[in-house]
Amino acid sequence: MEKTLKKFAGKLIKAKLGSRSGPGRPLLGGLDDKIVWNRKAEETKILEPVFQGLHINSLAFLRPREPYQSLISFLAERALKTGGAITPKDCETRTFLHELPVIDELSRDKIIGILKNRKTVIVASNNRGPGDMGPAVIAHGAVSPEQGFVTISSVCFACFVKFFTDYLEALQKGTATDEEHALFDMAAPGLTPVRQKIPGLMKGPFQTEEEVYSAVAEAGLKTVEYGLVDSYFGNVSYLWNNTLYISQTGSSLDELSGCIDPVPLDGSTSAGITASSELSAHMETIQKTDCQAILHGHPKFSVILSMDCDPIEKEACRFSDQCHIKCPKNRWVCGVPIVPGEVGTGPFGLCHTLPRALEGSSSAIVYGHGLFTLGKNDFSEAFANLLKVENACKRLYFEKVGRLRNRL
Amino acid sequence: MIFGWTGRILHIDLTTQKIEVETPDLETYACYIGGKGMGGRYLRPVAHLPWDHPDMAVSIFSGPLCGTISPTSGRAHLVSKSPLTGLVGDSSVGGKFATRLKQAGWDGMVIKGRCSHPVGIEIRDSRIEFRDAADLWGMDTDAVHRRLSPGRASLAAVGPAAENGVKYGSMVVDRHFVAGRSGLGTCLAHKNIKYLRVDGAGRCTVKTPGKLKQARENILRLTAASPVLMGRFGFTCLGTGAVFDLMDNRRMMPTDNFRRTRFEPASRLNAAGYAKKYAPKKHGCLGCHILCKKIGQRNGKAVTLPEFETMSHFTALIGCMDTDLVIQANELCNRYGMDTISAASTLACRREILGTEYISEAVLSLLADIALQRGEGKDLGLGAAAYARKMGRPETAMAVKGMELPAYDPRGAYGMALGYALSTRGGCHLRAYPISHEIFRKPVATDRFSFSGKARIIKIAEDLNTMVDCLTACKFTFFAAGLEEYAVAFEAVTGIETSAQDLLKKGEAIYYNERIINALNGFDAKDDDLPARFFTEPGSGGHKILIPPINREEFLSARDRYYTIRGLDSNGLPLEEKAKALGLTWKKP
Repeated sequence: MEKTLKKFAGKLIKAKLGSRSGPGRPLLGGLDDKIVWNRKAEETKILEPVFQGLHINSLAFLRPREPYQSLISFLAERALKTGGAITPKDCETRTFLHELPVIDELSRDKIIGILKNRKTVIVASNNRGPGDMGPAVIAHGAVSPEQGFVTISSVCFACFVKFFTDYLEALQKGTATDEEHALFDMAAPGLTPVRQKIPGLMKGPFQTEEEVYSAVAEAGLKTVEYGLVDSYFGNVSYLWNNTLYISQTGSSLDELSGCIDPVPLDGSTSAGITASSELSAHMETIQKTDCQAILHGHPKFSVILSMDCDPIEKEACRFSDQCHIKCPKNRWVCGVPIVPGEVGTGPFGLCHTLPRALEGSSSAIVYGHGLFTLGKNDFSEAFANLLKVENACKRLYFEKVGRLRNRL
Repeated sequence: MIFGWTGRILHIDLTTQKIEVETPDLETYACYIGGKGMGGRYLRPVAHLPWDHPDMAVSIFSGPLCGTISPTSGRAHLVSKSPLTGLVGDSSVGGKFATRLKQAGWDGMVIKGRCSHPVGIEIRDSRIEFRDAADLWGMDTDAVHRRLSPGRASLAAVGPAAENGVKYGSMVVDRHFVAGRSGLGTCLAHKNIKYLRVDGAGRCTVKTPGKLKQARENILRLTAASPVLMGRFGFTCLGTGAVFDLMDNRRMMPTDNFRRTRFEPASRLNAAGYAKKYAPKKHGCLGCHILCKKIGQRNGKAVTLPEFETMSHFTALIGCMDTDLVIQANELCNRYGMDTISAASTLACRREILGTEYISEAVLSLLADIALQRGEGKDLGLGAAAYARKMGRPETAMAVKGMELPAYDPRGAYGMALGYALSTRGGCHLRAYPISHEIFRKPVATDRFSFSGKARIIKIAEDLNTMVDCLTACKFTFFAAGLEEYAVAFEAVTGIETSAQDLLKKGEAIYYNERIINALNGFDAKDDDLPARFFTEPGSGGHKILIPPINREEFLSARDRYYTIRGLDSNGLPLEEKAKALGLTWKKP
């Protein structure tokens, strides 16, 4: 258990969500018959009784580092004044977390009160003055500390996307507040610059199965390293010898070794039952195009701009509360098509929309979800596209914001 | 006004053929919920009696979400004492039985006594009739269905196996759905019940329909995102047989009576092969969108395709490699009304003891002998444990507490090893269902070759699955959704404020009650164990996967941790103070 706790604490730091020192150090606890923590901390006095109040086996606690700290703090305070929850519209939150409840203090009873029904709770900053350690995100698991890690990653991603999406919309509507401007001005310069240089990836076409496994694992690892996806999300596939080699569901893209499923295109085996939930979309895409490689990440500004819609048009649209599944318009950003669609194979699944979009474009964005790119016979082109689109989206986002603010 | 439940429970005394109507208060419903919880409530007072005592209760309950738009919530739960094991015997069954029962105005029924002659119980709304079923006695379940042609009504029937006292007799609902495990069909047959027919025109009440719709949407979205359920190779497309290839790849397919864990011809016997050969169509329980049941075509006739365990056990476990045999064996077991897992496992035990190989005809002939209690079938009908004991080779029974193990070799998944050993109904994969995280990677993957953290995982999962059986929901759905979503559905339907954790707490009490019932019947730590083979013999490794024997010390240490976490003493027995804390009564004898 200790090893697992340390591993996921380390992953939170590596993902730049937590810090190596100071209040941002991740705190993870696990319980089998006894509670163990990855480190000593004051907060364990409050968190240990939480274990007693819930049927869980792990807790993760993180005061996120900047820019997440300020963004979450802002959203949490606003939530406390309204319904008590942050309601991001990105796909992962919508599907798996539903909403992000907020409480106003680090109290055992309040934490238990929320976690009785939810996977996570955000504790708002208490004063935002000197000595304020910032908001905290707490998440639990009943199987593994990895659940807490995944949930906290999702919360940080969702809050980031929500703030920048809402800010753009507020500027467009002319409702942005001084507080939002100030927060944007504070957060924007500190954002990790998107890297320009493309990594040297294995060159295809690959000749052996071993090469395929290595190339898929390498592509996943680099996508995480470049910040184009949080570790747990996204997926990668490569077609070789009439078999699609695809990352498994719930696998970490930076740890794909042993987590790649070979799925024959002829359907002769069902071993792909543990493959990514986007398997159908990957298979359809492979069959519709002459590409062998597919890369799917969640680069933040691609996701943010996929949700950018003219407020006047949106207000007039009869699907304005169902954009993610029913957007009726052909939409593009930076020359890349945006399609609606939910995770998986349901009636509104992205497997019905994405492959068609990728027939005519080597990249496509799924609304509020992420970016899919194709490579002819290796991952170099797919990776380059992923990076190029995200860089372009980021540039475009700041241009839009700049233009709108100049009008103020 | 009560929402969710009908507020009425039907009590039938077969000896006198009298009925009584119980109208529990809301507090009782909120405590026991439905399904397994309600069944446990009526089993506890008679738990000390033998399974075939006239006062022994057999109960069948729906749940509060049944009959509403809450997804996959229309299952029924049977509870009694198992003739096979002497433990709590329970089984969840699909079809439309629970929904029709509820529409008839009943949350469930509790049957006691014994009729002097074969009888059919017909329920239409408030009208209960006892029909002479002497002419149906001896008839297989399919024939009963054809004869009674229930139409919109739901029909549950037992077959000759249960009538003849086979310890693992099943109850077959609406032709394709089976309450297989624990031998509960035999309990019904012993009371001289041949069939139950239920229909009703009522509606199930919902307190807050808008909130329920939202909960439903959240659950549907999650199931659509689940590769195991609705993915291209998931249960919707291929049925539960979709697991077959995975068990082969993971080197944990029980082969030759669990002497090996790899069956070389497996790739020719998988779900894709069945799909190609038998052109299945989707079918499912009323109120389910996953539709995991597959109805295929064989020789121009519709046949129920086998579930994963049946596919695996009637091939790898008994050393056969004929999908047609599996189809026929499955059909025969369903028609005769007996559990496929127990039947195949008992045949595998026989094969090991006698050292003879099976041909298809021999397997089918032995199944008929078991059901009709002819010759060797008399001993085989006792189940693997009793059969092996009788043959002087008890070590060849691959069973826990008398119940034969399903098709996941515990050497390939240590949570499963612990789950099997600790299950309150014997060798069962569904109590803790650790395949979810050890194999399907949901909600996240755990190390399948480690006991680290597994004691608590198993305990929490048992509580969870207990609640799933109280809500009479489908366990498969919980590969994707959770109590977080179902608590909202429960609250929306019943109007009772609750949370996922509140439901887990109730699940804990209901499961603890089962430990008490088993303790009352003499079960303790000596029974919470696996067959010795798993600790001494390796499985069939390969492809960089090692399947060593399970380390017994590590297993026992994890079991000890489980006892602590569950609130049991070091001998696996309930504690008075823990029972009290859970609102139960228990005094150590």
